[in-house]
Amino acid sequence: MSQPEGLLFSKEHEWLKVDGDVGIVGITDYAQSSLGDIVYVELPRVGHEIVQGGSIGVVESVKAVSDLFTPISGEVLEVNHALETDPALLNRDAFGEGWLYKVRIKDLKEKNSLLGTADYDALIAEAAN
Amino acid sequence: MSAATEVLRRTALYDQHVALGARLVPFGGFEMPVQYAGIIKEHDAVRRHAGLFDLSHMAQFVLTGDGVAEWADSLTTNAVGSMKPYQARYNLFCNERGGTHDDVLFYRLENRWLLVCNASNAAKMWKHLNDRNHRSDVRLASRHGEAALIAVQGPRAVEIVAPLCDIGSSNAAELKYYFCAEGSVGGVRAVIARTGYTGEDGFELFIDGTDAAALWQKLLEVGRPYSIEPAGLGARDMLRLEAGMPLYGFELSEEISPPAGGQGWAVKLNKPAFVGKEALAAQLTTDDYARIAGFVLEGRVPARTGYPVFSGGEPIGEVRSASIAPSYGNRNVGTVLVPKAATAVGTPLEIEIRGTRHAAQVASLPFYKRAR
Repeated sequence: MSQPEGLLFSKEHEWLKVDGDVGIVGITDYAQSSLGDIVYVELPRVGHEIVQGGSIGVVESVKAVSDLFTPISGEVLEVNHALETDPALLNRDAFGEGWLYKVRIKDLKEKNSLLGTADYDALIAEAAN
Repeated sequence: MSAATEVLRRTALYDQHVALGARLVPFGGFEMPVQYAGIIKEHDAVRRHAGLFDLSHMAQFVLTGDGVAEWADSLTTNAVGSMKPYQARYNLFCNERGGTHDDVLFYRLENRWLLVCNASNAAKMWKHLNDRNHRSDVRLASRHGEAALIAVQGPRAVEIVAPLCDIGSSNAAELKYYFCAEGSVGGVRAVIARTGYTGEDGFELFIDGTDAAALWQKLLEVGRPYSIEPAGLGARDMLRLEAGMPLYGFELSEEISPPAGGQGWAVKLNKPAFVGKEALAAQLTTDDYARIAGFVLEGRVPARTGYPVFSGGEPIGEVRSASIAPSYGNRNVGTVLVPKAATAVGTPLEIEIRGTRHAAQVASLPFYKRAR
């Protein structure tokens, strides 16, 4: 499974797209596929300060509840309201329409602790074995 | 032996599941497919077309001898002796306190009986039966693990399965619900039963493990024009919950009696003595016991097994089963053991989810009933 270019990844299977000091966060296609049918997403509130690695919400599939961790610190600017009525967007388009939230990045240096595409591919290849 | 080091068994269809890309999980001591393409897609296939299930993990015991009916009637709550040839009947084994030891199906065949127990209770039930059999006219044999069981369930199941069956002079499509026949399906020797655990019409096919892979492939091939899908335990659990059917360990347990689990209809107090009869008679007479009720949550947050449930601000129990219910408007539903006073449909409940109480109400079971 290969990831789209231009994204950074956490070991908890979130992706981050950086545009200036704004980050867009989602979960990876590998994550949605592992979870199965997603039926509910609980997102952080707009204005909320979130801290890298912190648990900031949940994704619920038919069978399980999973914590959402944030790959980067900052203030939540916007959440994807479409997920409230159509959580299966995450299954259909994890890297696109199924984005979770946007964040005003507090410290761009935190990017250094995230994985690039090749490293993330290696991580999930290892998880599959 | 701890669960972590337990060696998981594989059904005769293991290779089929792997080839179909199934996600395998431990269940009842076996490595079983929880899903293939996705639980909701598989659920929908069963409701609209047909689903194909491997249920070979379930325990199949064969009972023979002239004393089987009388002996089984002394251990079970529902009637065995009154079963007609080739009839299938739901039944329950209880402990002395009236709690449920297992819920099962009996199939009466020509010269033997087939008893199908929950996989999770297989070892317990095998011991239970043998410990209580002191008769020379009752013989027990376990085919657990060597025999296979394949179910085809859904509105197209009869069209798929019946043409493959040879049961002598009659047509398998004419088999009545909760009846069975002996013969062959797809050229393979089988007990063909019009039973299931999904709320849909369909068949359960009891065959030898050595025949399972060939029949599985045949059913997928013949079922393809009917949009058959292999379906895993995840879809099965969702389907049975919608259909209001109990799952042992959730709606029934050593602590939850058949009446408490909503299966009081299968307790026949007019039978002679059976294990648990006195306790059940007392329970039914006083009628003052907690019982399983359905619930539906407001909002989109799903409930999960074990979440605390409140009524009038007071804790009354925990969620037993829960799921999103695609056949019930995609609402979040489940079951809970509630006091008698809280069983009326519409009774407001609250379910605590991650520290927040969410409004719910008692709903009538089943959540789904097929049009006949």
